[in-house]
Amino acid sequence: MSDSKKVYPDAKSALDGLLSDGMTILAGGFGLCGIPEHMILAIRESGVQNLTVASNNCGIDDFGLGLLLQTKQIKKMISSYVGENKLFEEQFLNGELELEFNPQGTLAERCRAGGAGIPAFFTKTGVGTVIADGKETREFDGQTYLMERALTGDLAIVTAWKGDTLGNLVFRKTARNFNAPMATAGKTCVVEVEHLVEVGDIEPDQIHLPGIYVDRIFEGHNFEKRIERRTIREA
Amino acid sequence: MAWTRDQMCERAALELEDGFYVNLGIGMPTLVANYIPDDMDVTFQSENGMLGMGAFPLDNEVDADLINAGKQTITELPESVYFDSATSFAMIRGGHIDLSILGALQVAQNGDLANWMIPGKMVKGMGGAMDLVAGVRRVVVLMDHNAKDGSPKLLKQCDLPLTGAGVVDTVITDLGLFEIKGGQLYLAELAPDTTLDEVRERTEAEFIQ
Repeated sequence: MSDSKKVYPDAKSALDGLLSDGMTILAGGFGLCGIPEHMILAIRESGVQNLTVASNNCGIDDFGLGLLLQTKQIKKMISSYVGENKLFEEQFLNGELELEFNPQGTLAERCRAGGAGIPAFFTKTGVGTVIADGKETREFDGQTYLMERALTGDLAIVTAWKGDTLGNLVFRKTARNFNAPMATAGKTCVVEVEHLVEVGDIEPDQIHLPGIYVDRIFEGHNFEKRIERRTIREA
Repeated sequence: MAWTRDQMCERAALELEDGFYVNLGIGMPTLVANYIPDDMDVTFQSENGMLGMGAFPLDNEVDADLINAGKQTITELPESVYFDSATSFAMIRGGHIDLSILGALQVAQNGDLANWMIPGKMVKGMGGAMDLVAGVRRVVVLMDHNAKDGSPKLLKQCDLPLTGAGVVDTVITDLGLFEIKGGQLYLAELAPDTTLDEVRERTEAEFIQ
């Protein structure tokens, strides 16, 4: 497996040389589902500071991106929903943390556009709301649309279920979420997978994200995969 | 007696049609799924990347990779499909979802909706609500007619920050069902044992009967 230049043994080595103070990181995941948990721990250990992190949510107090709030490594979040996190509230109200709200679909499309070389797009989402403040609007076919800029990052950290040594990825269930669009929008993209396999082990027709977007990949061990709202029905 | 919460959900379920793709908001709207007739095929979308949402799992079926937009664990169905967030919101923004049922803090008589933010309180974020109300073909609001302090929620104008301007088509409250057409609010149905005077008294918005 080591013949591919993309394969690294763990999170720390996979992120080596890629982290710098003040950088922008795109982090995949929705809630705690499909988050790059090994890389979040490695970023915490690296001590890198003043990060701008784009992620739909910001983890919870003691897991996911919440761990980087504990260490005050995040300067600014770009998110659609941050309601699960007391530490977030505290740092935001103290003025220690900047926050840019993006509607969830706008955040996803900004990443998709960023990865696809589209500098901006027009959407009806947010027209007539505070999200439109200071943004250009334009009429198309009698309807008002808002211009949103693409979003790219210095680094995308994403998670997949399975990946081959060239970075071809397969996601699992709703853990795909922001991982796919964000993988395309990072100048560098590092992926942690539950199963690292040989090229050819994944049928070409079944690949969700082509390895062209992936620069480095490693297999994570002992994923915790914490569940935010375990909801069950009785048998 | 006006409509109970269960009756409101039951009434909201009548807005669904066979073959519809539907997105239900968090809270009371989620319960509408319990009132769908057995012979009706409705597919539920979860904006975090799934069509064909199943029930909550049994204890031994829980899967961390399978949650709904409210971050609750769920199950898949034979017809389920998964996709990424950009694809999910492309189908929402592109008008492919037939109906969305959401809760609200305030609705104005012209269809303006406020349901994401109360200034001065911690702001949690709009999640996918702004995308849903802008993109889904028909938006139904399911809410109590008055706030807990008794103040009206159907207003001439929203004073809370908007989720969308002129986006609501139908409002179902404990007192009745309202339609918004051409920027005007119409009372289309009164809940049982509810009088027009009572609705007038508890509503700030101007409506046509």
